[in-house]
Amino acid sequence: MTKTEAIRPKPAAKKRADNHAMAPINARLTPEDKVELLRQMLRMRRFEQASLKFYNAGKMGGFLHVYIGQEAIAAGTVSLLGEHDHIITAYRDHAHALAVGMSMNECMAELFGKATGCSKGKGGSMHFFAPDKNYWGGHGIVAGQTPLGLGLAFGIKYKGLKGAALCFLGDGAVNQGCFSESLNMAALFNLPVIYIIENNRYSMGTSLERSSAVDRCLAQRAEAYGIDWALASGEDIYEVRAVTQKAIERAHHESKPMVIEFDTYRYYGHSVADANHKGGYRKEEEIEHYKNELDPIRTFKARLIAEKSLTEELYEAIDAEAKAEAAASARFADESPFPTVESVFEDVYFEVDRQTEAGRTGRFFFND
Amino acid sequence: MALIEYREALNQALSEEIERDPNVVLIGEEVAQYNGAYKVTRGLWKKYGDRRVVDTPISEAAFVGMGIGASMMGLRPVIELMFWSFATVAYDQIVNNAGQIRFMSGGLINCPIVIRGPANGGTNVGATHSHTPENWMAAIPGLKVVSPSNGYDAKGLLKTAIRDNDPVMFMENTLLYGEKCEVPQEEYLIPLGKADFKRRGKDVSLIAHGRSVLIARKAAELLAAEHDIDAEVLDLRSIRPLDEEAILETVSKTHRVVLVDESKPFCGVSAQISTLIMEKAFDELDAPVRRVCSLDAPAIYSPGVEHLQLPTPDRVIQKVREIC
Ligand SMILES: Cc1ncc(C[n+]2csc(CCOP(=O)(O)OP(=O)(O)O)c2C)c(N)n1
Ligand SMILES: [Mg+2]
Repeated sequence: MTKTEAIRPKPAAKKRADNHAMAPINARLTPEDKVELLRQMLRMRRFEQASLKFYNAGKMGGFLHVYIGQEAIAAGTVSLLGEHDHIITAYRDHAHALAVGMSMNECMAELFGKATGCSKGKGGSMHFFAPDKNYWGGHGIVAGQTPLGLGLAFGIKYKGLKGAALCFLGDGAVNQGCFSESLNMAALFNLPVIYIIENNRYSMGTSLERSSAVDRCLAQRAEAYGIDWALASGEDIYEVRAVTQKAIERAHHESKPMVIEFDTYRYYGHSVADANHKGGYRKEEEIEHYKNELDPIRTFKARLIAEKSLTEELYEAIDAEAKAEAAASARFADESPFPTVESVFEDVYFEVDRQTEAGRTGRFFFND
Repeated sequence: MALIEYREALNQALSEEIERDPNVVLIGEEVAQYNGAYKVTRGLWKKYGDRRVVDTPISEAAFVGMGIGASMMGLRPVIELMFWSFATVAYDQIVNNAGQIRFMSGGLINCPIVIRGPANGGTNVGATHSHTPENWMAAIPGLKVVSPSNGYDAKGLLKTAIRDNDPVMFMENTLLYGEKCEVPQEEYLIPLGKADFKRRGKDVSLIAHGRSVLIARKAAELLAAEHDIDAEVLDLRSIRPLDEEAILETVSKTHRVVLVDESKPFCGVSAQISTLIMEKAFDELDAPVRRVCSLDAPAIYSPGVEHLQLPTPDRVIQKVREIC
């Protein structure tokens, strides 16, 4: 197998893009629906740009992994989900959170480590959750979420529901053992789990070709387990939707797993601490290429304008609104209080929090 | 009352909870068709079928993680580890997912899961299969750890563990599976966090859990018969939550303590209990706290030696006599 080119050929050739636009799941979109997809992607981007600004202003601690460049995947996949469909992802989790309907306020406040954050300031950037919106995180251990995704699918099937569990992971995460174990069990048990590999070509500073022996396609590993797979562009939101919809239908109707790999790219460093191209693991021209030629927001905007679903003015208005929403969320976060030190003893044990009989029996915490 | 084996008591607990709650599902290697590596799940697959009793491939990380994911969705999985020693390959799932998710989600997500199986040395299977990981697990706030010493306790504690809304690490013992004890016909539950006095005495307190309770009881009998020392035996039953009250009660009564703990001495359960006694009952002590643990080295295979690496009644008696 030959190594991939440093820069992949443009995936979204016009004809292919048109085919995906005509896929039933996309053909039935109204102009308003399409604008809504664009709006979601813009909200993700503006939110994260604001978060970077406030990170650099010293308002946050630790890591901040931004998703900028990959928005079509979270926006496209989540737009397809129904009542019994669930999602779970890794630490690059802000966009998925916004996509499922979490508010910018609770997300930004979590980044600021505030009590008003979605996890009360206890989880941070990598650990966003909204089980009421079928969003199960937000996981910091690379691939640690892949068996959990299996479990969500097990739960769906056990309860006799028609649903799917979408479990996202990176191109680096595919090399963790628990992912291979999960693929085997997904196939063996016919579980409706869809593993979505967001292949942004790097795991931190390690390029795809330096981490996977067979680097041309990661999804193909599914074949070893008899699981269907697809390799698609993650830059074209229509393609994301068309490919994912097929997997969801199969999960719903046949309770079968699937692996999808989306080609994508992140513009910023792995986390804010990463010097990015200046660190030497990738070239500035490569980043510029993706930004200029394959940006999911820019391409979709151009498409919508061409088909007259969108005007420049409307775009500007939506963008301004997204920026204002992000700025307001930062003010909300800034003005919110930090959690109390005592709150570390809350949310550890259910039974203790509820002061049930079980939570009142014996000692749970061992401070002096 | 019926005289039944420890494994049968566990089996009854599982069966009763499967019947009671449609969300209870047993998952693990060989639990269904093979009836369990140690026959704890004997007959359950035949009785309840594929949906409730699920055989898995040898993929601890994936099936433990799957159970955790399913528990987040409201199921109550009971995961069998063929040996608790194998938790090492699922450690990330247990510690980072089961142990942290409630906290990291600000209380939005619960993991009502039980992970159970034998956790003991003494069966000549070498170091990889002889770990006693109570302390590895109890060191994680968010996890609970239980270790019953007899069938009666095992049944009542397992039923409670399954109904508990937090992740419970349930540690059994292959050397106890065949031990018989009286178990009532009617349903009963034993709370987690409640220790049990297995013998009352006034001269010294022997505090233990799991099979070490049997060692402590044996030592107590010999101390009474041969040395005129009246030992009290406190069975912790649950490590986290821990029955601090009972510990302080017995220390305040006898003023002398020997901790008997099959785990290793360094940062073991006994180290924690000894700290607790020092912090809370220093003035009650008439002698330093003594410990009898497994000898601090990897578990030896040799059938001629392994039992001597574990706590023995002789070693307990020796420590008691140093302070009485
Ligand atoms: C088990 C584990 N090992 C290492 C890390 C450190 N780490 C965090 S993200 C990352 C790279 C993962 O890359 P990939 O899966 O491609 O996802 P991406 O960051 O590109 O979204 C590494 C090595 C970790 N969090 N967990
Ligand atoms: Mg990557």
